[in-house]
Amino acid sequence: MKITMAHGSGGKDSAELMARIFGKHFSNDILDKMEDAAVLQVNGKIAYSTDSFVVTPIVFNGGDIGKLCICGTVNDLLMMGAQPKYITCGFILEEGLEIETLDKIVKSMGEMAREAGVEIVAGDTKVVEGNGGIFINTSGIGLIQDEINVSASNCNVGDVVILSGDLGDHHACILSARMNMNNGIKSDSACLADITNGLFKNGIRVNTMRDVTRGGLGTVLNEIAEKSSCSIEINEISLPMDEEVKAFADILGLDPMYMANEGKMIAIVNGEDAEKALKSMRETLNGRNAAIIGYVKEGHGVKMITRLGGSRVVDVLYGEGLPRIC
Amino acid sequence: MMEISQVINYLKEYNGPEIKLMEVCGTHTASIFKSGIRSLISPEIKLISGPGCPVCVTPTSYIDKCIDYAMMENHVLVTFGDMIKVPGQSASLSGVKGEGAKVEIMYSPFEVIEKATTNPNITYVIAAVGFETTAPVYALVIEEAIEKGIKNIKLLTSLKTVIPALEWICENEEEIDGFICPGHVSVIIGSEAYAELAKKYKKPFSVAGFEPEHILAAIYDLVRQIEEAGSENKHEKENTVNRFGTEDKTKTVHNLYKNAVKTEGNQKAIGILNKYFDEGPAMWRGLGIIGGSGLYLKTKYEEFDGGSAGLDLDKELPEGCCCGQVIVGRLNPNDCSLFGKACNPTNPYGPCMVSSEGACGIWYRNI
Amino acid sequence: MCIAMPGKIVELDGMKAKVDFKGTVVNVNVGLIDAKVGDYALVHAGCAIEIMAKDKAEELIELFESLEM
Repeated sequence: MKITMAHGSGGKDSAELMARIFGKHFSNDILDKMEDAAVLQVNGKIAYSTDSFVVTPIVFNGGDIGKLCICGTVNDLLMMGAQPKYITCGFILEEGLEIETLDKIVKSMGEMAREAGVEIVAGDTKVVEGNGGIFINTSGIGLIQDEINVSASNCNVGDVVILSGDLGDHHACILSARMNMNNGIKSDSACLADITNGLFKNGIRVNTMRDVTRGGLGTVLNEIAEKSSCSIEINEISLPMDEEVKAFADILGLDPMYMANEGKMIAIVNGEDAEKALKSMRETLNGRNAAIIGYVKEGHGVKMITRLGGSRVVDVLYGEGLPRIC
Repeated sequence: MMEISQVINYLKEYNGPEIKLMEVCGTHTASIFKSGIRSLISPEIKLISGPGCPVCVTPTSYIDKCIDYAMMENHVLVTFGDMIKVPGQSASLSGVKGEGAKVEIMYSPFEVIEKATTNPNITYVIAAVGFETTAPVYALVIEEAIEKGIKNIKLLTSLKTVIPALEWICENEEEIDGFICPGHVSVIIGSEAYAELAKKYKKPFSVAGFEPEHILAAIYDLVRQIEEAGSENKHEKENTVNRFGTEDKTKTVHNLYKNAVKTEGNQKAIGILNKYFDEGPAMWRGLGIIGGSGLYLKTKYEEFDGGSAGLDLDKELPEGCCCGQVIVGRLNPNDCSLFGKACNPTNPYGPCMVSSEGACGIWYRNI
Repeated sequence: MCIAMPGKIVELDGMKAKVDFKGTVVNVNVGLIDAKVGDYALVHAGCAIEIMAKDKAEELIELFESLEM
C-alpha cells in the first residue's frame, strides 16, 4: 500500500496513518496529548537546533533516513555540550511512498530516540505529488549545565585535536548504493552521547566539539580555525580510515578529507588533557578508533603534514566531491 | 640503492640553476598537491602543471553541446563527475540540472550499456572526454553496443592525445627542462612513444606512477639527467655546451613505472584505438588548435557519434586571464591580475581555475 | 589524467570480470588484457588496462634500487 494525497489531507486517512504508524512508534506522555503544541518545562540554558534530511537512497547499509534524522539533531545538540531532551519532526512524503517503508523509517526513529534518551514531542506530516520520496526535518532542544561552555570559537593554541574514528564511512556507503557498487561498507550513523558524556564525566577540559558531516573533516576544521582565529595542523598518518572505505575512495578519486560521516566527531581539548581524553573516547563503542590527529597553533587556516613529511594546505570543500576520472 | 629520505634530501638541497619540470597529467598534479611534494624540494626545482587536465582544456562549445543534449527530449547526458562544474558559454551542466536537464554521473562508461538496454526509447549521450587512457574504454563500449545491436548510445567526444601536445610545448616553450610523463596514458601508448621527442629536443622524459614515491623518484631522475648532461639552449644551436657547463647527450626515456608500463604499451588498446578512431585537429583551451591531437570516431561508426567534430569554438577568455601562459609555465597563477579576485574556485573564469587539478585551482588552495 | 587502481580478479567470464578492491567488487571489462583469476589488474573507469606483476611495496623497492646514486 502506498501513500496518497489523502493521507495529507487531515481527514480520516491522515488520522489512521497517525495512529497506525506515528502513534505506535512515538508514543510518550507529551505527544499523546495531541495538542496543537507541546508544553514543556525547561529551566536554564538550552541549545536549540534544526536539520533537514533529504538523503537517497532512504534505506541503506547500516541505517535509514529515520536513524539519520534523530542522530543528526541529537549530535548537533551534544556538540554544544547539551543534554538532548526533546525532538520535533516534520515529514514531507511524496505520493507513492510505500507505507511499509514509512513504517520502517518511523520505527527506526522511535528506537533511536529511546536509545538517545529523547522524547519526540511534536510533529507534522504533509503529502505532495512526487515519486515516493521522503524528506524529514527534525529540531531539538537540549539542556546545558551552567559550567559548560563549548564553542567553535573557544580553541586555544596548544589544544589537541582528537578524531573519534574512521573517516568517510557514511559517504562511501551512500555513494556505493547510488552507483550500484557492491561492498560491505556501512553507514556509521550513530548518536555520540557515549563519547561526549564520557569526556565531561572524566573532567576533560573540552573547548570545541563538532560532528564531521557534510563537507567532511577539511571543511569542519577550517570553520573552527576561522572562528577561533587560529591555525590547525594535522598529521596525515594519524587519520584513521577503514581499509575498505579507503580503497573505495581511491577507485573514485575521492579525498577522505571531504567525505562525510554521520557518527564521528572531533573534540578539541586542553593539551594537558589529551591522553586522558583519548583514553576516555577509546573506552566507548563509537570512539573505539579515536586518534589524536593534530594541534592548534598560531596563525590561520588548516595545514596537513603528509605521509612523506611534506605539507599541504587543507581548504574547505569546493563543489560536490563527485567521482572523478582524473 | 637510494632511500626515499636520501632522494628527498638530495632534492631539498639542490641549489644549482633553476630547473623547470613539467607534468602533463591532472592526476600527477593532484598527487603532487596532496602529498605536499613542492614543500619537500628545493625552490630551484619548479614543477609546472601542463595542459594535462582534460577538463581544463575542453572548449566551451563542447560543454554547450553537452547541455543541449541534456535538455533534449528523450536524451540523457552521462558524464564523469569532473565535467559537471565546467562552464560553457553561459552555464555548466550542474547549473542546468535545475532547469530540467537530464545529467547522470558514471563511474564507468560501460554502465551506459545497461541503461540503454533498459530504456530503448532514450538516447544516452556519453560526454566522452579523456586522453589515451580512457579512449579505448569508449571504443569498447561502442564495440559492445554493436555486438548487442544497441542503437541508442552516442559518444560526444573530446578525446585528446598527449604526444602532439608535448611536441607543441617542446616547440614553443624552451624553458621546460624535462617532463614527467603521465603514468596511465603511458600504460596504453608505451614508454617508447616519447623517445622521438626526447631525441629531437634533447630533453629527458621520465614515466612516473602516482604514489608520491614514484613522483619523487621521477623528479630525482630528471634532475640528475639534467645536471649531468643538461638540455639544449635553443638560441645557441651550434653550442653543444649547455648552461650547466656540460655537453649535451642524446636523451632517452626512462620508464620508472615498469610494473604497469611496457616499452611498447598495450597493443590491444592501441589496436582498438586504431580500429575506431581517426586523428584530427583539436582545440586545447589556453594553447589553441593542435593538429592531429584529437581522436574522432571513424566515419564507419558515425551513427554512434553525437556531432563531435568542429567543437572548437571557445568563449573568449576574459581580459586579463593568463591561463594560456600559466598552462605552459610561463607565469605563476598569482602573477595573473584576476587570480584570487575576480577569478576563484567558486567563480572560475579560465580553464586553470575551473578544475581542482588546474594550476590556478591548486595554487588557490595552497596559499 | 587518469585515475586507475589495482584490484584482484576474482571471477572471469569471457570479456567480463569481477575485480575486488579490498572489499568493493566491481564489474570490469578485461578486453584489453590477458586476464586470469588471481591476477592484479590495473582498472580505469571499469576497464582493465594492464596486469600488475608486482605489489606496490615490491615495486617501489625495485624502483629505488634502479635510481642512480
